Amino acid sequence: MKARVTVMPKKTVLDPQGKTVAKAIRHLGMERVTEARVGKVIELEIEGGETNEARRKLEEICRDLLSNPVIEDYRLEIEK
Amino acid sequence: MRFGVVQFPGSNCDQDCLHAAGAVMGQDAFYLWHKETNLCGADCVIVPGGFSYGDYLRGGAIARFAPIMASVKRFAADGGLVLGICNGFQILLEAGLLPGAMLRNASLRFQCQMTRLRVERGGEGPFASTARTGEILRIPIAHGEGNYHADAATLAELDRHGQVLFRYCDERGHTTPEANPNGSIGNIAGITNRAGNVLGMMPHPERAAEAVLGSQDGRVIFDSILRWIRSRHISSAA
Repeated sequence: MKARVTVMPKKTVLDPQGKTVAKAIRHLGMERVTEARVGKVIELEIEGGETNEARRKLEEICRDLLSNPVIEDYRLEIEK
Repeated sequence: MRFGVVQFPGSNCDQDCLHAAGAVMGQDAFYLWHKETNLCGADCVIVPGGFSYGDYLRGGAIARFAPIMASVKRFAADGGLVLGICNGFQILLEAGLLPGAMLRNASLRFQCQMTRLRVERGGEGPFASTARTGEILRIPIAHGEGNYHADAATLAELDRHGQVLFRYCDERGHTTPEANPNGSIGNIAGITNRAGNVLGMMPHPERAAEAVLGSQDGRVIFDSILRWIRSRHISSAA
């Protein structure tokens, strides 16, 4: 199976990178862009099929390693 | 006194810390390899700066799972002194030894410069007993992710328990936005845990420990550590 983890800065956290990107976009003439937020995507190739155990372990890894819950939220998507 | 300096792949201030604790302060300083679990009788563990594991993912995110960190956590829980500098501070945050997290500098630039720090709680504790409250220390920074962040509840807790030890300030001791090199909330440059035995700071005291380096203000932290450990040795011997 494959898993895709999207990690984004929390809405309550200032994202200096996103702010700069939004400013650059506006500078290019797209003035309607009011906000940009920059996160990251992590794609995982995993042997075997989806099981509850695998899902639980993945959630744990998302929480403990792939994201920092103080400043980031994550979304885990699993493709069979 | 025995100083253990942790070495991760990518640490690059380990030699400076060993030099400051060993040659400059005249103490017994040695490395602690990240794969080991034995702290070799250290009185104080220094988690130095650098780019541990390339800082992939987030600064300190991978280092915190190293075998040595489990021992450092136990050591801290037992009251042992732990000093995390720069990337070491990030590792202590990721490990949950200190509250909060680091964001990229507000400037989005790597900031490498001398900074002024106001001592928020001098005259006491393991790390600033030889400084005065309000004293200004000149200690340099060098980092891209030193923009300290914590939610309002955590900040209130830090204030209530006097855990903010250093704030970036100007030459008159004012914590202005101009004196803040990275956008840290409340100009925070260094915090301790609630018990006071774990300090994380972005500025590098080991780079300001000798006259030839342009500042000796960083010695205050090492002097305070020595004073603390000595007082403990005397009280445990009595």
